[in-house]
Amino acid sequence: MANILAVAETRGGELRKVALEAVTAARALADATGAQVHALVFGPAGIGGKVEAVAQHGADQVLVCEHAAYDKADAESMSATIAARAKDGGYRAVVMSASAQGKDLAPRVAAKLDAPLAGDVTSVEAAGDTIRVKHPTYTGKVITTLVLTGAPVVVSVRPSAVTPSVNARPLATQAVAPASDPAASRVKVTEVFAGTSTKLDLGEAPVIISGGRGLKAAENFKLVEDLADAFGNAAVGATRAVTDDGWRPHSDQIGQTGRLVSPDLYVACGISGAIQHLAGMRTSRTIVAINKDAEAPIFKIADYGIVGDVLEILPVLTQAVRAARQSH
Amino acid sequence: MRGPTVKIAVCIKRVPDMESRFKIAPSGNAVDETGLKFDISDFDSYAVEAALQMNEAAGSGETVVVCLGPDTVQETIRKALSMGADRGVQLKSDTVPMDGLAIAKALAAELKDGGYDLILFGKHALDSSHGSVGAMTAELLGLPCLNAASKLDVANGKATARRELEGAAEVLEFPLPAVISIDEGIARPRYPSLKGIMAAKKKPLDVKPAQLGAVRMTVEKMELPSERPPGRILGEGPAAVPELVRLLQTEAKVL
Repeated sequence: MANILAVAETRGGELRKVALEAVTAARALADATGAQVHALVFGPAGIGGKVEAVAQHGADQVLVCEHAAYDKADAESMSATIAARAKDGGYRAVVMSASAQGKDLAPRVAAKLDAPLAGDVTSVEAAGDTIRVKHPTYTGKVITTLVLTGAPVVVSVRPSAVTPSVNARPLATQAVAPASDPAASRVKVTEVFAGTSTKLDLGEAPVIISGGRGLKAAENFKLVEDLADAFGNAAVGATRAVTDDGWRPHSDQIGQTGRLVSPDLYVACGISGAIQHLAGMRTSRTIVAINKDAEAPIFKIADYGIVGDVLEILPVLTQAVRAARQSH
Repeated sequence: MRGPTVKIAVCIKRVPDMESRFKIAPSGNAVDETGLKFDISDFDSYAVEAALQMNEAAGSGETVVVCLGPDTVQETIRKALSMGADRGVQLKSDTVPMDGLAIAKALAAELKDGGYDLILFGKHALDSSHGSVGAMTAELLGLPCLNAASKLDVANGKATARRELEGAAEVLEFPLPAVISIDEGIARPRYPSLKGIMAAKKKPLDVKPAQLGAVRMTVEKMELPSERPPGRILGEGPAAVPELVRLLQTEAKVL
């Protein structure tokens, strides 16, 4: 049976967690038919020495594409390389993450291969000659099962939808050259603004503390940040109302038109629960809501609710979380 | 946003109001459209707004709205025309497939000889949510592509855009013509004025058959997500915090 090609994402010369999610999804797909997983990794010189985890998570072969330009993403040459490799290797499917980078690459790869693309899926399985995926549609209010025919097909997996699992193979690497010269790419990254490196990204954080209008003022987000610090593994999110008002950057917005997240724990602080917001976080595993209005829709989807003034409750909760973590 | 005279195509999609309570049709593989209200998909309306602002800043240029679907999409095209777009094109098709490449092929066939400096998309449609058609159309047309722009400046045949990554952002430069998909934050779409609505009725709207590509991704099933079990209100005010922390430790096991 034809093998699976995974794309294992890097940024700034380091593997990302979503890389291992893509490899894990590819491994499951390959195991259904006794096929192999080949994982393609782009990065600057030296990235080939950092791919052990890719083999650990089930790649039979790690294809390393090193180029000085790949300390940043270069969608044109990377997509050309993925497509060329997919063609040469006769793969059944190309699996990547539906991260910002993956969402940029996947449709280009699919068009180059004249292959169907299922973007941002939450599960993928082999079904006879076809590939079947589940994909949240209508802002998560309808779950659609799609069937992709032909080979190859392209699938991008929603970040955090797949839990990376170890399924170790001996590390076998092979160098691959870019299929087109990154210097010839028409779209150039001229600048990268790294986020504050100490902060976790919303897509990767196991805990998200999110604030809404109930916080009353931008400076009160300090209380949200304090609670995130207390957890130690939390990122800070916000509602659209708050990002529209400029209290927080647009990139922090969780909702229908912002980030779609599913952390282990989501704490909604002063958030009433507009449908636009719920669309972005309703798949979180555990939801906590703190809001002064007991009738707020957020309480309908929250596992645990506290009714009251978020400005009063947050400092107490922060202290209690710190104490709980210290007693471990 | 600023820019010189440019001819801009904006590809839009008609989608149901996402505030609706959706039901699955008896077929089991579609949403029951009875009673649903439809409008331009959010990100697509940002793209329309971005195009209008570029043309307005230049004092010239043209914005053409392209929409694939049955005749009901004419209402959606008219909405964009009432915002200020100059003319519309309906690529007529009884259905709008889930397979983005089939749609991209129809769009590329329409756009390839249009002489457009910019082709804009929303970063994804709120219903199908694959985010694939913009970049696929760029590939088919052989044009540079910028996916999910949150800022955009166009000057002297060159564009500079910003896009958000997870916990980071990047600035990119590229030559025109180009295909750009538009993210949140670029422009707040205007409401059509009464004058705009009246003017839209007289603006040209061409109807052409859609040259869809082969459909190789189909819907097997649609279902509503399982409802979350009803939660518990633990109490009022700071007094409820100890119980919350206990449950986070013992029941949810997240602390």
